[in-house]
Amino acid sequence: MNFTIILHAGIATGTVLLFAAIGEIFTERSGILNLGVEGMMLLGAMAGFSTSLTTGSPWLGVLVGMLAGGALSLAHGVVTIHFQADQVVSGLSLTFLGTGLALVLGEGLTGQNPPLLLDYNIPILGSIPVIGPAIFQDHGILVYVGYLMAPMAWYYINKTRPGMHLRAVGQKPSAADSVGVNVYGIRYLYTFVGGCLAGLAGAIISLSVSPGWYSTQTTSGQGWIAVALVIFAQWNPMRAALGGYLFGMLRRLILDLQGPRILLGFTNPLYINSNYSFFLIMTPYLLTIIALIFGSRAVAKKRAGSPSALGLPYVRGERGK
Amino acid sequence: MAIRLKVEKRVDVPRWLPLATSIGSVVLAFIIGGIIFKIVGGKPFVAARFFYQAVFGNWAVFSDTMVKATPLILIGIACAIAFKMRLWNIGAEGQFYAGAFGASIVVLIPIIPLDSPKVLVIGLMMLMGMIFGAIWGFIPGYLKAKYKVNEIITTLMLNYIIINWNNFWIFDKWSDRGFQMTATFDRVAWLPRLADYAKQFKAFSGVTLHLGVLFGIAAAILVWWIFRYSRWGYEIKLIGDNPEAARYAGINISKNIILVMAFSGALAGLAGMSEISGVVHRLQESISPGYGFTGIIVAWLAKLNPFAIIPVSVLFAGLIVAGRELQPAGLSFLLQGIILFMLISSDVLLRYKIHILPTDEETA
Amino acid sequence: MNSLAHAVEMKDIVIRFPGVLANDHVSLTLRKGEIHALLGENGAGKSTLMNALAGLYKPVSGTTKVNGELVNFNSPRDAIAKGIGMVHQHFMLVPTHTVTENILLGMDEPRFFMNLKKFNKKILELEEQYGLSVDPEAKIWQLPVGAQQRVEILKTLYRGAEILIMDEPTAVLAPQEIDDLMATMRSMADQGKSIIFITHKLHEVIAVADRVTVLRKGKVTAQGEKIHGMTKRNLAQLMVGRDVVFNVVKEDREAGEVVLDIKDIHAENNKGLQALRGISLEVRSGEILGIAGVGGNGQSELAEVITGLRECEGQIEINGEEISNKPPIKAINQGVSHIPEDRTTVGSAPSLSITENAIMKGYCQEPIGNGWSINFTRAGEHAQDLKEKYNILAPNVRTPAGKLSGGNLQKLILAREISCTPNLIVAMQPTRGLDVGAIEAIRSLLLEQRQSGTAILLISEELDELLSLSDRIAVISDGKIMGTVIAEDADINEIGLMMTGSSGERE
Repeated sequence: MNFTIILHAGIATGTVLLFAAIGEIFTERSGILNLGVEGMMLLGAMAGFSTSLTTGSPWLGVLVGMLAGGALSLAHGVVTIHFQADQVVSGLSLTFLGTGLALVLGEGLTGQNPPLLLDYNIPILGSIPVIGPAIFQDHGILVYVGYLMAPMAWYYINKTRPGMHLRAVGQKPSAADSVGVNVYGIRYLYTFVGGCLAGLAGAIISLSVSPGWYSTQTTSGQGWIAVALVIFAQWNPMRAALGGYLFGMLRRLILDLQGPRILLGFTNPLYINSNYSFFLIMTPYLLTIIALIFGSRAVAKKRAGSPSALGLPYVRGERGK
Repeated sequence: MAIRLKVEKRVDVPRWLPLATSIGSVVLAFIIGGIIFKIVGGKPFVAARFFYQAVFGNWAVFSDTMVKATPLILIGIACAIAFKMRLWNIGAEGQFYAGAFGASIVVLIPIIPLDSPKVLVIGLMMLMGMIFGAIWGFIPGYLKAKYKVNEIITTLMLNYIIINWNNFWIFDKWSDRGFQMTATFDRVAWLPRLADYAKQFKAFSGVTLHLGVLFGIAAAILVWWIFRYSRWGYEIKLIGDNPEAARYAGINISKNIILVMAFSGALAGLAGMSEISGVVHRLQESISPGYGFTGIIVAWLAKLNPFAIIPVSVLFAGLIVAGRELQPAGLSFLLQGIILFMLISSDVLLRYKIHILPTDEETA
Repeated sequence: MNSLAHAVEMKDIVIRFPGVLANDHVSLTLRKGEIHALLGENGAGKSTLMNALAGLYKPVSGTTKVNGELVNFNSPRDAIAKGIGMVHQHFMLVPTHTVTENILLGMDEPRFFMNLKKFNKKILELEEQYGLSVDPEAKIWQLPVGAQQRVEILKTLYRGAEILIMDEPTAVLAPQEIDDLMATMRSMADQGKSIIFITHKLHEVIAVADRVTVLRKGKVTAQGEKIHGMTKRNLAQLMVGRDVVFNVVKEDREAGEVVLDIKDIHAENNKGLQALRGISLEVRSGEILGIAGVGGNGQSELAEVITGLRECEGQIEINGEEISNKPPIKAINQGVSHIPEDRTTVGSAPSLSITENAIMKGYCQEPIGNGWSINFTRAGEHAQDLKEKYNILAPNVRTPAGKLSGGNLQKLILAREISCTPNLIVAMQPTRGLDVGAIEAIRSLLLEQRQSGTAILLISEELDELLSLSDRIAVISDGKIMGTVIAEDADINEIGLMMTGSSGERE
């Protein structure tokens, strides 16, 4: 078990969670709850993989994966923003829809080998001992983009004018509407952004981080973990990134725990009986619940918590938000 | 003649409209699903015929459908009671597995000797199934009541956790000669099936319909009574409609969250018990083709009405049976997603009336 | 632009909502530099008309001219572009943002990067010009209500509004703050702004307006009348259509035993700030204790600690039984009834039927509750009784409560709360938003209860209501009781002073 390797793997898989979570942060900050992230991710993974297979260009795959997630999210947008349907159920239906579409259209993709995204090294920085190789070597470009994603998202949301409008729409849409801010438009926009980023996260999985198509196992619930991460991060992109990387490291750690014969001076139970690894597989999901407990308690205490209008449809002229 | 649409908020809802939207959603979903199926190279009309056979064909196939409908009815009702209170129990799948586990340990440990009377064994299995399911529902309920933790995510996470828990026991301690399943249960632990009476009634030979279906019907009656006549049902409705008003009326919301989630889990757990005791007769890795998720759609399509859940479950069971023969496998999942999506989109028609007017009628 | 044109000219405006004609061929003219009052009761259509002028609604028919130019607003943006600014009754401010951020919301500048320091300065300059002071860097939720209103006004001025619409601006202010506001309005009018202000308070119209337009049930009963020479009686008649009785007949009654005994209560509000700072009160049976005060000084919190919806330190007893810090069911069992401030959010369940709403308190007891089940037949009969006795207008008792009008819903809530023969009624703004008929009905019901020995704690922002219904009036300000007076002998100035924080003594 090598810290550098764990950090490296953590960053790689954490990037997936990072993109999906930041996308969902944008969406939720505008007041829309999108629970279809898992479906959009899976669809993005399949679309990216398949596009790369047919066109030979993994980058085209990334683009298509993004747009697939975005298109699905627009369906959610229409139903929740214009039809004012219940956002929870709509999101769930989109999970089914996205998953179903991915399974049906992805039939026959298992075992294929399309061109994948390449890994690159960043010179000089890559030579820093221990953490250098983990952070700056052997990563796809999108992972490096991920490093910039969180601070840029944070800055955009908190320090720019469009970011202020975004926050206003999520906190008190009536106030924004009364001064001419396009509430519906902003909600559509950020729902689309969220969907695109979820689709992108999926494409990153199938074309870079854990290449391949394994039906629902491709994402195995990471979309939901991303949604939980948003709450845990209290809608702050920087915290979401941190949480994503930590989670990724944890998953790698769990994998590594199964290898060695001796663990912390004791005989590794997993070495003896590989079935114990089922308990290890449980761990990320268990940890998500624990993280959620802490996140929810913090939200209940602090003033700055969830966007006040989250999950509530906005109708001009009606009492309420 | 040019037309324009005028949207007006409804003052009251005509009684036939909810049923119409439910039926319309299914029809539309089938059409869209069929189109997608065609695009992927399938034969939608062949598939449709399979489906028809599954539901209305000969008795043997119908019995297969009913067998699949059994857990769906229970899970649909489990979801309905939670949804009535706006508690999003997405963990019915996990509670199903938990119930299967609980019922299994009666036989696999065994808890009581296997030569005990059948009634006792089955009864204990039912109890354990419900208890374990209730525990799996209690956990997210408690977390929500105490810490306001989002139950959608916790129930989902618990799904993954219990499946791995079960797998450990299946692959390891209780594995049958290294296979990924337990040994077949002793006959005493089998729910009676119509096929058991093939000697008396020739027609029943091969008919796998088992007692579990009565559990579903009993649950439907019970929950219908709860909603219609009981104090608890009233409290659930009130909390679901306006939790603030419920609190102000003195109702203990936390207690009810826990109670409803546990009850919902118990019903799903019972479904798990009925599946392993009535159908597979062993504990194995995959005993559910996603009943927990299909159940959500069943509940929603039936508009949370326990009696409507029964025919809707049969419909979806037919889909599952027909789906077994179909490639690609994900089609029934896709169809379910489209149905749910159409359903919530159509809900808007229940709140707004759309007038189609010629443009020269009104200005501005 | 025609300099002789009126600032605003609305002709024959018709606005319709499902089931109600809100504005029926209404016309209104606003002259430049004048203060024009738009008077009418709750529900007369004033807000609707002004919301249309502000671009929030589109009239079905009629024309609107601004500065002589025909306009057709599709959104608030269009109205703002024409120089119309609206100061809403319920502030349209984002609580977690600062004053400057709220003022800048929706503006084209700053383009992308927020340079708040520059704008903070600009806003301070604007404040100087009109005499409105507030800290630009403060967050809205930290500011008192009067300051928040100043932010709303600054918002419109910043956008270059020449025409200001103010919707019930004094509803949330104490008497002294109202004087300040009127001075500000006069100053703005003198600087060339044209102001329409919506109100239902007659004395305000006479105090500050130049001309008035009166609406009654969606129609104009007086258009652009000069205030000079009008009396409150004239206005009242135009507003209501008949001679309004200003005082309700209240019989004399000896107050009985102490029912509600509150000793030294401290409580926090939702933001974690102290809302109640050592309140002590007594209410006796057969007496109405009115709580006067500007909204937001602890009234909601007071009602909530009594009904078990909020924690507190101190003692609250009903007939000697301690109910503080116990769940609501304890207060209910001790005979406390609560008419909440917000009928839709807290007092009723909109999708449930009238019957189901009517039994919200009594469903556990005989004859409706019966062990584990509810006898809905008896519940229906009970609801029917209430419907007839309290004259609740609805198709039948199966109608969802959400379909009832404000007045009927309030009657239903009152009926429900009264029908379980309470020892104490906590009534929070019971007549807010109701039409005159409903208001009279509710007030008589409260007096009836008083007559039959119920103790009533009446919390209201309408001083007139408190003066006519209460036996004694306690004034609350900033979480403390500033003083208690006997209603009959009350001096309105003294009460006004107490509402703004001075204690009962003249200074």
